[in-house]
Amino acid sequence: MEDIRKAAVVIIGGGVTGLSAGWWLARDGIDVVVVEKGTLGAEASGRNGGGCSHHHSPLFREEQRLWPMMDELLGYPTEFRPNRVRLARSDEQMVLYGRALTNAAAQGFRSEVLDAKQAQELVPLAGEGIVGGYYYAFGGHANPHRTLQGYAWAMQDHGGTLLQNCAVTGFRRAGGRVVAVETERGAIACDHVVIAAGPHTGRLAALLGADIPLAVARAEMIVTEALPLMPLGGVDGNGLYGRQTLRGNLAYGGGPHEWLDLPHEGAPPKPSTPLAGNIARRVAELLPKAAHARVIRSWAGVIENTPDGRPIIDRLPEPDNVIVATLSSVGFGLSPASGRAIRDLVVDRACSFADLSTFRLDRFAALEPDWRERLGWLSAEAFAHRQGSAV
Amino acid sequence: MTEVRPDPKSVAGKAVPPAETADLVVIGAGPAGLAAAIEAARAGLGVILVDEHPVGIEVMGDEVPLHFGQAMTGAVRNRNAMMEAVLAAAPEIEAAVEAGVDVRLGTAAWGLYANGPGLAWLPGTLVGVAADGVAHLIGARRVIVAAGRRDMGLAFPGWDLPGVVGATAAVTLARRYQALAPRRVVWLGSTSEALAAALDLKAAGVEIAALVECAAAPVGAPDLVAALAAGGTEILAGHAVRRAEGADRVASVTVVPVDAAGADAGPARSIACDGVVLAVAAVPVVDLLDAAGCRIGFDPARGGHVPVVDGDQRTSIADIHAVGDCAGLWPAKARDPEIARAEGRRAARAVVASLGGAAGPEAAPTDGPGQPEVDPSAYRTAWVAASVVHAARDCTVCQCEEVTAREILEVRPPRYLDAAHDARNDRSLASLLGEGPPDPDQVKRLTRAGMGPCQGRRCREQVAALLAIGGAVPLDRIRLASHRAPVRPLSLAVLGSLPEHPDQAAHWDSWFGMKGQWRPFWEVPPQFRVGDDADGPQVSE
Ligand SMILES: Cc1cc2nc3c(=O)[nH]c(=O)nc-3n(C[C@H](O)[C@H](O)[C@H](O)COP(=O)(O)OP(=O)(O)OC[C@H]3O[C@@H](n4cnc5c(N)ncnc54)[C@H](O)[C@@H]3O)c2cc1C
Repeated sequence: MEDIRKAAVVIIGGGVTGLSAGWWLARDGIDVVVVEKGTLGAEASGRNGGGCSHHHSPLFREEQRLWPMMDELLGYPTEFRPNRVRLARSDEQMVLYGRALTNAAAQGFRSEVLDAKQAQELVPLAGEGIVGGYYYAFGGHANPHRTLQGYAWAMQDHGGTLLQNCAVTGFRRAGGRVVAVETERGAIACDHVVIAAGPHTGRLAALLGADIPLAVARAEMIVTEALPLMPLGGVDGNGLYGRQTLRGNLAYGGGPHEWLDLPHEGAPPKPSTPLAGNIARRVAELLPKAAHARVIRSWAGVIENTPDGRPIIDRLPEPDNVIVATLSSVGFGLSPASGRAIRDLVVDRACSFADLSTFRLDRFAALEPDWRERLGWLSAEAFAHRQGSAV
Repeated sequence: MTEVRPDPKSVAGKAVPPAETADLVVIGAGPAGLAAAIEAARAGLGVILVDEHPVGIEVMGDEVPLHFGQAMTGAVRNRNAMMEAVLAAAPEIEAAVEAGVDVRLGTAAWGLYANGPGLAWLPGTLVGVAADGVAHLIGARRVIVAAGRRDMGLAFPGWDLPGVVGATAAVTLARRYQALAPRRVVWLGSTSEALAAALDLKAAGVEIAALVECAAAPVGAPDLVAALAAGGTEILAGHAVRRAEGADRVASVTVVPVDAAGADAGPARSIACDGVVLAVAAVPVVDLLDAAGCRIGFDPARGGHVPVVDGDQRTSIADIHAVGDCAGLWPAKARDPEIARAEGRRAARAVVASLGGAAGPEAAPTDGPGQPEVDPSAYRTAWVAASVVHAARDCTVCQCEEVTAREILEVRPPRYLDAAHDARNDRSLASLLGEGPPDPDQVKRLTRAGMGPCQGRRCREQVAALLAIGGAVPLDRIRLASHRAPVRPLSLAVLGSLPEHPDQAAHWDSWFGMKGQWRPFWEVPPQFRVGDDADGPQVSE
């Protein structure tokens, strides 16, 4: 660390967004340093469902184009597998899941409607209680840990640097620009900064006077022991997201989340809760022939969310050499494309392959100041506090 | 002020009251847990005491909660007989029942949850338990964890043969179940904890053919070594095990003299036996405590990773106490159960006082751990160097996921990915961190070591020692790999038997349930205000 005194681009945050951006920049021979306060993937990037099917996003086409090539491009396995099945256990679910089809079709992606019998044929662990489902000939899933590590190693192969256990503490500014990023272990002079710090993106941007509306929540997942592989691992539905891993484990999440206040110091704690039981029940309903499978872990992750649930990938108006990138709860799947978009914004000032206008920060220019209250996205403590002060 | 309603998709207001409540839940019916439960019940508290023993044969086969190594006799199939054996082995259980404790045997505690940073919606501190195929939550005003110890695994070729068993598991099978199969064993490890357990097993009628210690001399109390030797046990210091052999169970073990680095230093010899007992390290069972978020630290005088406790055995979470072996292990404590009992009573008195009750009289204070007889970091690492690294790097360390020592040290992707031929996948431990010691959670996710159904019980300490060796740092600098509920494997059906709040059932679909999140980007208006987004159909990812 003591040797690294400057870099063309300093990226704050070693999650999928920061590491993918770092890899895209390093591939172009750009001198990049990713600074991570914990170990890579310490936050949501190391704790998510691995889904890659974001048909609503302007990055969707690029997400779909890149994923099948990622193992090759990175040189490390991501465990990506294409396509998905969603199973419905009620007519309401059938209607809800069907809305994805229109989004995808408008962008040229095929889907099929499955009746109960077809659904069960496609998903050997499914059983009674399925009313139907959809086969999406797009999307898919990958292993978050392997993907993260693949970005990191590939970035290092191209000469990029990853600093772990090193928190960014501030910025040095001169002439309307950030000239150095301050870390726990010294300052790094830079030409460009990317803030991709997940839940902490708002706090860091605030140090530069930018207002990034962001709230954070905890969400949970469970995993079972390995079972024989189904022909297609990307099976979810019944209110759950998840997959069968290539090892055979069933990894699923869903259900209610808890809104949190970000602690002032350190990483947010990520305890899991008895919701694991409610997730387990839904997995057993979705895949009744797996009801005997033993759950061996549960975990939780802290998720960054903007008020409209869409990413912010934008250059700050001031200082002019700072890009903010926060993915609003769908960042894993989009990461191959989001990293490329960030690379484009840094190097070319505009994205070459997608229209990112819905990711602009100024869409929140007229946002109500009390948006968190209006949405009810408050922690239990904040609610208690409000009630206390209302009396 | 705007009227604020909680996000209907959030946990707010969705806590389910626990199925039952108690003033105090004690987890573990060993000496410490029983003493605590009895003390608290006598002071008038409503106490539930759970213990997972007797566990069924399938659970034993999973190596849960101990490394049973298929060393049990067929007697464990008879659940009633095992229940009687467990009761007969601990007369204090009857005393607890008489004192009014609600004793539940065959009941595993798989989760411990407390509100705290990052978690505020639970209806209080909860203990997740399972018995007879049903899981439920007990609301507890206080919890005393007395979860005991288990054994560090040690890999060498053949350590997966039936009959290679942990010391705690062997003593438990012999003493609590009357169902230990091996009659003549070779014993690995010579700390005082190990020696006391060996003598216990010998008293139960098992022949200890030889005691193998990789250090130049036994490390535990000389009187215990002498007692074993006097009983006919051959003391083989400066030795390590190279392999266990046998057709379908252990029939012999090959040992060899080793030098200080653990390399062969003389001719190997074979010892006939029908069991190999792994007693290199007795490890405090901190899984529930760690999963609950209690602070855990590495304390060489207390047997490695243990909860940080105050004078009343209170952990960093005020409602939760830890007593007995799970709160720390040292030679005197292994030899005298009174120390564990005293911890249990001390914690119980603090619980009674904190709930406004009248606690019994102060007991005489007991001795703390004092100086450790060996540095557990160096001792455990030396065993792993002598056994795992020198016996064969290609021997399997994680039996569930079939991961070898070499694959861990080289951070190889698991074999099912068939990526081993790819030269670029050959990344050393050093490439993971560059600075700072290797992170066991990171290595576990990449290699899958410790990710199987035994939940890492047989490999987590070995993997940590391998990372210490690979990263050239002392073992105590390797972080504790995280524990997560359920800390006992539970089927989807059993875990899924936990009830759900009726208001929650309607809110599963569609991730955070934001109205506009899944609207296609070409339909998104240029400006966003909460007030503009109130209507419209719910779309789904
Ligand atoms: C349970 C769960 C399931 C999910 N399922 C999916 C899914 O199926 N598909 C999908 O696409 N998405 C999913 N997500 C969301 C996805 O994981 C996130 O959107 C994504 O990982 C965000 O990545 P990121 O790199 O932007 O942020 P993060 O992963 O949060 O990374 C930010 C990093 O910045 C670091 N950092 C913060 N402050 C500092 C500082 N001051 N200095 C240095 N470093 C700092 C943090 O330690 C962290 O590692 C899920 C999330 C969770 C929790």
